[in-house]
Parts: sequence; C-alpha cells; structure tokens
Amino acid sequence: MSNLREQIQGVIENEPVALFMKGTPQFVMCGNSERALQALRAAGAPVTAVDILPDPAIRQELSALSGWPTIPQVFVKGELIGGADIVEELAATGALEEKLEASLGSDYRSARSEQVVPVA
Amino acid sequence: MTEPLQTLLERAFPDAAELRIEDRTGGGDHFQVTVHSPRFNGLPLLEQHRLVNDALAEPLQNGTIHELRITTRGTE
Repeated sequence: MSNLREQIQGVIENEPVALFMKGTPQFVMCGNSERALQALRAAGAPVTAVDILPDPAIRQELSALSGWPTIPQVFVKGELIGGADIVEELAATGALEEKLEASLGSDYRSARSEQVVPVA
Repeated sequence: MTEPLQTLLERAFPDAAELRIEDRTGGGDHFQVTVHSPRFNGLPLLEQHRLVNDALAEPLQNGTIHELRITTRGTE
C-alpha cells in the first residue's frame, strides 16, 4: 500500500503535468476527465495521464495524498490545480497557460507529447 | 433527490447570495452545484471548490454523488 502511495507521489512530483483520470486519453471513461483533458490539450500542456480505474486503492491513496475527494485531479509541478471545473475555468480565462508558463517555462508546449504511466 | 445536498450546502453557506443544485441526468447522482457566497471573496478557485467539497464530504464519500460539477463565485 505504501509502495502505491510512493508511486503516486512520484508521478505528482516528477511529471510536469499529471492528470489522474478515469480511463486513458485514448479511451476516456468519464465526462469530467474528458473536460479536464481537453482543457489541458487546448493549453498545450504536456500531459502525463494516470488511469485510476484499474484499482480502487489508487483513488484512495491519491485522495489521501492530495486532500481532494474527486476525480479528475490535475497537478502542475507537484501542485494541485484542481478538478475539471477549475481547469476549464482557468483555461477559459488564460490563467491555465499563464500557470503552465510560470511553472514549466515559456517553451512548455514543446516539452513532449502526451503519455500514460501506470501505477501499481 | 437534491434536497439533502441543498440542506448540507445551506448549512455550510448560510449567507449564500445564490445556491442551486441541479440533477444533471435525473438519475440522482450527477449534480451541478452553484454557490455564490461572500465566503469565497478573495479565495483562489481551488480553495472555493474545497469548501464545497468539504460541505458535501459525506455524500461524496458514500457514493451518493457519482459526479459533481461546481461553479463558485464570490460576491464582490
């Protein structure tokens, strides 16, 4: 269990943009996960996605770590940004791109492409 | 179906200028919550949503709420 938590923590801390979601970017299993993904894509974010569905423990450990009860959850450089509504709203005002630039540098769009990483 | 949630939110935000809950699908588990409250004034969005999540912690935890959409505004 602690191993799982460490892996989740590792993704949060080491990935520029981490998206914990239901399903994968190729096969999204939830409307809110889809909304968060689309907002991040529109901002050009280098998304690292984690599918929380394979094991209920992933979600439990994630929420214990983040203090956030719902899925999806978006982190930039280890900082919790929020769920779908927040990410969408930040994207609409341009604040999401500002945040990405401030945290990852102005060339964040060329960082690298979308990827999916497993935990557990 | 929205009444228990309405009660929880009214308790958490007694001074809300606006407080609405919509059952998005009619199935009683996908909700849109809208709260305009002076408690949100000056708070980042993340903290605004955290207050709503806290108010709805129990139904979020026990699965009553399967999907939640939140819209918050301060009153300033």
